Amino acid sequence: MSFITVKNLWKQYGDQTVLENLNFSVNQGEFCTLVGASGCGKSTFLKMLLGQETSSQGKLLLEGNTFPREPDRNRGVVFQRYSVFPHLTVRQNVLLGLELEQRPFLGKLFGSARREALKTVDAMLESVGLAHAAKKWPHELSGGMQQRLAIAQSFIMKPRILLLDEPFGALDPGIRGDMHELILKLWGDTGTTIFMVTHDLHEGFHLGTRLLVFDKVRNDPQQPEAYGATITYDLPIGQNDRQTYKSIELSVSETARSLSA
Amino acid sequence: MRLINRHPGRVSATLLGLLPFLLIMLIYSLASQERLADNPNDKLLPGFEQMTAAVDRMAFQEDRRSGDYLMWQDTTASLQRLALGLGIAASLALVVGLLNGVLPLIRASLAPLVSTLSMVPPLAILPILFIVFGLGELSKVVLIVVGTAPIMMRDVAQRVRELPGEQLIKIQTLGANSWQVIVRMVLPQILPRLIDSIRLSLGPAWLFLIAAEAIASTEGLGYRIFLVRRYLAMDVILPYVIWITILAIVIDQCLRLANRRLFPWYNAGGH
Repeated sequence: MSFITVKNLWKQYGDQTVLENLNFSVNQGEFCTLVGASGCGKSTFLKMLLGQETSSQGKLLLEGNTFPREPDRNRGVVFQRYSVFPHLTVRQNVLLGLELEQRPFLGKLFGSARREALKTVDAMLESVGLAHAAKKWPHELSGGMQQRLAIAQSFIMKPRILLLDEPFGALDPGIRGDMHELILKLWGDTGTTIFMVTHDLHEGFHLGTRLLVFDKVRNDPQQPEAYGATITYDLPIGQNDRQTYKSIELSVSETARSLSA
Repeated sequence: MRLINRHPGRVSATLLGLLPFLLIMLIYSLASQERLADNPNDKLLPGFEQMTAAVDRMAFQEDRRSGDYLMWQDTTASLQRLALGLGIAASLALVVGLLNGVLPLIRASLAPLVSTLSMVPPLAILPILFIVFGLGELSKVVLIVVGTAPIMMRDVAQRVRELPGEQLIKIQTLGANSWQVIVRMVLPQILPRLIDSIRLSLGPAWLFLIAAEAIASTEGLGYRIFLVRRYLAMDVILPYVIWITILAIVIDQCLRLANRRLFPWYNAGGH
C-alpha cells in the first residue's frame, strides 16, 4: 500500500470548483514539488494534507486511513511568512515542539530535561546554520534566516510529512539557492515525505523527486470558476527534458493569463 | 519646499511642543492679574501665589479638623480605587478575552453578551451600584470595572484573533493541545497588548472614579474637587486638576516603560 493515496478527489466551494478529479499516490520519502498558476488549487491541496480543509468528493488516504481532520505533530509545515513565534528567541522557537510534546500541561521544560532537549536543539541549529543566532529574536533575523528557523522548528519534530507553502517565495534568488541546498540536505538525512508548493517552475524542476503540475484542462472564459484544476503532468524528476519544461511553462502561463484576465 | 515636507529638528520640536503650554500659562496669568487688580479677593482666576498657598495648606499642613494631610489622603484613596478597579477589569478582560478569542464555542456564547454589555452606559447604572453595593468603596471600584472591563475584553479578543493564522496552524503541527496553544502562544503574545489596552482605559477609569467620588464619598481627589466647588475655591480645584493630570501621565508612562522592559520583542517590531 502506498503512503498517501488520492482517489477521485474534488474540492468545491459552492459553485466554484477548485480541484477536479485528482488521482495519484505518493510513496514514503518522496519529495514532491507542486507547481501551477495562482488559483489552481496547489495551496488548497496542501491545506487538505494539513487537515485544514476537507475534500468535497473522493478520498485522501494516509496509509489507507482518512487524513486526520486537524493539524498534528506528524505533519510539519513552513509557510511563506509568520511561521515562527515572535515572542520566543531562536533557541526557544526550536525547543518549543519538544516542550509541548514532553509536558502536556505546562508546555515548558526545566532543569535536566531542558538541558537534554537543548542539546538536540543546538545540534539542529548547527545544521541549519543558525548556531550563532541562538539568542536572537526572530525580528532580528533576515527573511532567509527566519525561514531556516521555521524549517529547523519543523524538522526537530521529525514529522512524517513536511508541507512547504512557497517557503522561499519572498527570498532573494541567491539566498534561495542556499535554502534549496539546506532542504535537500535535511530531506536526505531524515527521509521525510515532502510536499512543496512553488510558483517557480525552475525550482520545481530542480528540487525533489517528483513534479506535480496543477493546471486547468478546460477553461470557460465566461465562467472561469466552472472548471477546476487537475494534475496535468506528473513527472519523476531527472527524466524531464527541455521540451517538457517548455510545454509546461507554456500551458501554465496560458492558464495564468486567462485566470487574471 | 512644501509645508508637508518640512520637519522640525530635535530642539525646535521640543520648543514647539512647549510653546502652547507657555502660551496658556501666559494668557492665564495676564487674565488673573487683571481680575486681581480689580478685586484682590477674586476667586475665579486665582494667581500662582494663591494656588501655591492652597497646595501648601492641602498637602503640607495638617487639617485643623481631622489632623490629616488632605491632599495625600485624597491621592492614596483615589489611586487605591483606580488600581483595584483597573486591576480587576484587566484580569477579567484577560480571561474572558482569551477564551473568546481562542475558543469558537465560548465565543459563540459569550461574545454577543460582552458586546451588549460594552454598550451599556456605565454612569447610567451607577445608581444601581449604589443601591446594590452601598455607598462604600465597593461601588466605586465596581463602577470602574463595569466601565472599563467590557471594552478591554473586546479589545483582547480582537488582538487574539489578529494573531496570524499561520502561527495557530504551526503550533498545532508541533503537537500543541488547546491549553498549550493558550499558555505558550496566545497568552505571552497578548500580555503586552493587554498593557496597551490598560493604557487606553486609563482615561475612562479616571472619569468613572471621579464621577463616583463626586456623588458619594468622604475622601478622594474627585470628592475634594466637588466639595470645594461650593466655596468657588478655584485655588484648590486647579492644582488638583493639574495633580490628577500629572498622576495620569506618570501611570501611563510607567505602563509604557514596563511594556518595553518586559516584552523587548514586542516593541522592537517583533509582531
